[in-house]
This record gives sequence, structure tokens and C-alpha cells, in this order.
Amino acid sequence: MGPRLPLMLKDAGLTAFVAAALGIFIVGFRTVDVSGKGLSFDYHLADLAVAVAVIFVGRLGLSLASHGLRWPAIALGAIMIVAGASPMELPSGFLHWFVALGGVLLVIRAIWPWASEAVTAAAHTPSGTALGKAGARWLGWLLLAGAVLMPFTPIADQKTMDLGVLILTYVMLGWGLNIVVGLAGLLDLGYVAFYAVGAYSYALLSTQQGLGFWSVLPLAGMVAALFGVLLGFPVLRLRGDYLAIVTLGFGEIIRLILLNWFDLTNGPAGIGSIPGPTLFGAVFAETAPAGKQTVSEMLGIPFSGNHRLIYLYYIILVLALITNLFTQRMRRLPVGRAWEALREDETACQALGINPTNTKLTAFAIGAMFAGFAGSFFAAKQRFISPESFVFIESAIILAIVVLGGMGSQIGVVLAAVLLIGLPEWFRDLGNYRMLAFGLAMVLIMVFRPRGLIAHREPSIRLHPAGSGGGG
Amino acid sequence: MTTPLIDVEHLTMRFGGLMAVDDVSFTAQPRAITAIIGPNGAGKTTVFNCITGFYKPTIGRLTLRGGGGEFLLERMRGHEIGQRAKVARTFQNIRLFPGMTVLENLMVAQHNRLMRASGWSVLGLLGFASFRRAEAAAVELARLWLERIGLVADADRPAGELPYGAQRRLEIARAMCTEPALLCLDEPAAGLNPRESAELNQLLVSIRDRDGIGVLLIEHDMSVVMNISDHIVVLDYGRKIAEGDPGAVRSDPAVIRAYLGTDDEAIDG
Repeated sequence: MGPRLPLMLKDAGLTAFVAAALGIFIVGFRTVDVSGKGLSFDYHLADLAVAVAVIFVGRLGLSLASHGLRWPAIALGAIMIVAGASPMELPSGFLHWFVALGGVLLVIRAIWPWASEAVTAAAHTPSGTALGKAGARWLGWLLLAGAVLMPFTPIADQKTMDLGVLILTYVMLGWGLNIVVGLAGLLDLGYVAFYAVGAYSYALLSTQQGLGFWSVLPLAGMVAALFGVLLGFPVLRLRGDYLAIVTLGFGEIIRLILLNWFDLTNGPAGIGSIPGPTLFGAVFAETAPAGKQTVSEMLGIPFSGNHRLIYLYYIILVLALITNLFTQRMRRLPVGRAWEALREDETACQALGINPTNTKLTAFAIGAMFAGFAGSFFAAKQRFISPESFVFIESAIILAIVVLGGMGSQIGVVLAAVLLIGLPEWFRDLGNYRMLAFGLAMVLIMVFRPRGLIAHREPSIRLHPAGSGGGG
Repeated sequence: MTTPLIDVEHLTMRFGGLMAVDDVSFTAQPRAITAIIGPNGAGKTTVFNCITGFYKPTIGRLTLRGGGGEFLLERMRGHEIGQRAKVARTFQNIRLFPGMTVLENLMVAQHNRLMRASGWSVLGLLGFASFRRAEAAAVELARLWLERIGLVADADRPAGELPYGAQRRLEIARAMCTEPALLCLDEPAAGLNPRESAELNQLLVSIRDRDGIGVLLIEHDMSVVMNISDHIVVLDYGRKIAEGDPGAVRSDPAVIRAYLGTDDEAIDG
């Protein structure tokens, strides 16, 4: 350690210097508008000093860890975590996070070789393999039980329930897109268009024709599926990148139509006062509109604003589960296997007499149908929709959920949705740095799990029962 | 002579200025192995691609007389040739579904039959017993073929993990699971060692004799071609230069010229 320590200190010093030189313009001072006197500088040199100190210590710790000196690195990381978590006076709340997260990363880096070695060794023992398989099987049921019971737990305040509904909506969209991208291998960058079609179907039919949520729901799915077929028919002969570009364009076309067809969609102003879903004809409101009954009257319970949220939560939970069960079932049918075969090799499929166009169309239409269901739920939940909600970034997030989850993995989609939708909401305190954390999380997943969180593929049919040997 | 299984008449395929196949006619009999040989670039794979619908021939007629009737292959869309005319093929560079298991590869090959049995997925989704029976029968057919190619133990492994020789055999089994009238094999012995190519010979002979399927074979490995072929068609520069049984083709001067070149005297003269 002796002769290398000066080198490491020099290296850490150089890194800190570069960080300081770059940071002084970005973090060091800002121009602020002093009322009536023009611009003046607002200095944040203390922030910069803390950041540079963290970078110095962090770099030193990383060098130590990479030279196998784990304990000093872990000690440095622990000091950073304690410093970050302590009530010490720092110029901004973000710096606490910065220091603590830096410490966490350093500790992870220091124990990484140990941990990965131990996990690999454990996974190769027979009991480890069995545990891994059981874990994969039970994880889904555990998540389901947690999701069903969540509204009755003390954590279920309005914020958590809202977040739960949001996450489940993305889980459903992720599962829907998983059919198109994960199973059939068709890169669809305009998935949000079908979501928009579903949302506007319900919004228009309910506000103009007076139809209820439950009668429109299947219709909205069918309309979205029809749009899927209409788009799919001319473009599904394209492959890979070309298909991606065309679907991207389709998503924008739908958004622009919604924005500009003023007579039908009310343009950028959107459609408001969309009725929410009813429970056996009863509405969720404090006072019922003429000729209707409220749910609290029907059930004889006192009114609470939370009931509506709990009801919405269970609707989207059931819709998402239907999507999942349907997909699981389709995967085991000939058409599902043909989807996966198309993803693997389209030429070979054609040689086996499989009609590629029809097979892709079914995947596209079914994926679009579930987006349509989710869209009409979204409209019923928000009670107001506008083209603003259906921009490209939504498609990108849904696609990111599918890809990060592990293409084709159902549980992976859930984990990725919790990570990508849940974490940014929980980390709202980070303010503008939220998106930074989002990006960092994505980069980390892609570095450590390049094939997605859950890359394991379960065969759709087996000759030998699972676990009876016959290969890995 | 019996009616031929496939009748290739005046097949011509032009790519811009390149005449890849030039007025080639030949027939292949049912329950027989017909080999197409020739030097590299002779147009063998182009003939295959025309027969299996990957290319539309510039000129020519391709008539297939299988169990299902008579089909004019040049008028059918790519997948219909496999689906209705029952022509199956393998590829020069293996095209399995590498991420799917061995068994799944063989199930995908039975797609059209299973789609009908699953009522285009509706009956299958509802779990009808008739579909479950059809699926069990499909698994049974797959198991039969896995036994014949010696891969039963590997049925649940991803196909991409198999060794090269096993992948070649699996691709042939997958083509056979479509229950074809004509099996087209594009260089099945490429990259196999002598023992594996002897096994391949046995497999192809059993497909001809036991299953009664007509086989069309492109091959460079003469130990395969000369041992098992009933009829050989020789192509060079897109033209047919010879045709006949192995003995006749082997001693044909035009074939020797194409493979070994012309000697100096012939050029001088």
C-alpha cells in the first residue's frame, strides 16, 4: 500500500481539480435577477467545495477498492454515508443526498467482487438453484398479494394510492407493449398513440353519447385494435429500424390529429368533465347528480374521497392482471410461439409456412387493444385529457420499462415500472436532479444487467418436467 | 416412369445484368433423393430460393404434385409454399430459433396444423380439449423426430446452445415436422466431420425410404452426394451441364471440366 498511496492521492487530487474547474462555471455561481438593478452573481462556492471534497474522497475510495483494499474503501464510504445522513448544516438538501449516495456507491463498489462471487457460488449449489427457482415463482405471488392488500395497509394514504394507480397503469402498458416488442420483436416507438385512441374513445363517447365506463371499455379496446391493424397492414413488412421510424411517425400523427381536429377533440384545450367509472350504476361523489345514486348511499357508509381512489386502484389492478393472464396464455398457444419465432428469425418462419404478416398483425392488434383499455381507464381516472398526455416521452418510458425489465419477462416489467415510475415520484425532493437519478438508474441497469432485470426465459412447453435435469 | 414430384421447366432468374439461373429444367421424383451440384456460384441456391418462394423466377414454371394436388409454385406467395404446397427447406447457414428450446422449434414447425386445432387461438384460449389433444399429438411427433436425431435429452435446452452438428440435424427435423411433400436441403453436410456426415446419410436415406419423402439436395460433400443420390443435376454458370445417376455424372466430361478445369491442349486447340 505504501508506495501506491501517494499515486492514488495524486490521482484523486487531479480528479477533484478537474471537477472543480468544470463545476465552477456550472455550480459555482449563477446569475440572478435583482429587481430593478439588472443581473448579479449568486455564489454557491460552499456547494462546490462540498461536491469537490466528495469527489476527492470518492475517487480515492474507488482507487483503493480497485487495488483490493476493501476495508479502507468501505470505511471511506461509511464516513460519507454518515456525513450525508447527519443533520450537519449543508448549503442544500440535495448535497445530503449527493454525499450519502456517493458513499453507498463506494461501499457497493468495494464489496461488489465479494458479493458477486458469493452469489455465483451460492447459485451453483443445488439448494441455491432450487431457491432461485422457488424465488422466481413466489416473487410474482408475493407482489400480487402486496398489491391486493396495499389499500388496507396504513401506508395507503392518498399520495401512495395515486402512485399505486400510476405504477399499475404503466405495468399494464408495459405488459401490453411486451407482446409487441418483447414477444414478437417489433420495435414500436408509437405505442402511446393507441393509449390516446383508447382515452379519446372513452372521453368522446361518454361526454357526447352519455355512455358509461363499462360499456365503452371493450369498445375502446376494439377501436385501438382497429387502429393497430390499420397502421400495421401497410408497415409490418418493414423490419427493425424502419418499422421503429414509421411507428414513431404514427404516434406523432395521432397526436397532431388530436391537437388540430378542433371540432372533434377540442384541440389543445382537451376534453374535461369526463365521468368516472361507476359501481353497479352508483357514482363516486359526495352528492349524486339527478337520477343517480352515490356509492356511499348504496352501501350505507359515510362518504370519503378515498373510496374513489381505492375503486380506481382495483380496476387497474384487475385490468393489468387480465393483460398478464391473457399474455401468459397466448404465449403457450401456437400463435404465441409463432410471435417468438418471428422475433428470432423471420426468414425461417416463412420457410415453415407461417404467414408473417398475419402473425405480426395479431401481435400489433392485441398490444394496441390493451393500450386502448389502459387509455380509457386513464381518461376515467383523470376526468380530463388533452394531447399533452400522449407525447413521445410516454412511448419512450413504456419502451424503457419493457427493455429494462428484460424483453419478454412479465415480472421484469413490474420491477422496471416500480423503478422507473415509482422512484422518480418518491424522489421528488431531489427537484430537478430527479431526471439525473432516473438516467443514472437506467445506465446502472444496462451496465450490470445488459439483458434487462430478468433475462431468464421460461420455455412455453417442456418435454421433461421442470427440474428433472436434461440440460440447464 | 412415375409422375415427377416437382417439375422445373425453363427456370430463369436474372438479377439486373447477372443471369444467375439460365433456362434450367429438371424433375425430381417422389421417394427419391435428387442432388443439385456444381461449383460455387453455379446458381444452386438461387434454384432453391425460386422453388421455396424466396425469389420470384424471371421466367419458368415450377409444378409441384404433392398429396394436396398440383401447385404452380411460381405463382404462390412465400409462406403459402410451405403452408399449402408443403415444400420445406433448410438453410446453408443454419436458421433455427436460437433462443427457443429444441422442442419449441419443432412445435413452431407444426404451426398451421395447431392454429387450426386451436380455432385461431379462440378455442385454445378457452382451453378446449380438442386443442389439448392436438397439442399432445404435436409433442408426440416432435418426440419421434427427437428420437431419430438423438436429441431427446436436449429437448428443453435453447436450440442455440446445441453443438453445430446437432443444430444441423435439428433443422432437418424441424423441416420434417411440417410433414412436407418435398424436402429441400441446402448443404446439410457443410461443417460436419466424417462421422456426422455418415449419420446424416443414414438420416436422409431413412427420410426417403421410411417416410417416403422426396428430397432435393444441394451439397458439396461428394461422399454424401455419390452415396445416397438417386439422380444428380449439375449446374455451372447458371446452366445445366449434365444430369443422370451418380455413375454417369461422375464420368461425364462436361462435369469434369467444370470441376477440374480444361486442360492446356483443349485451350490451345
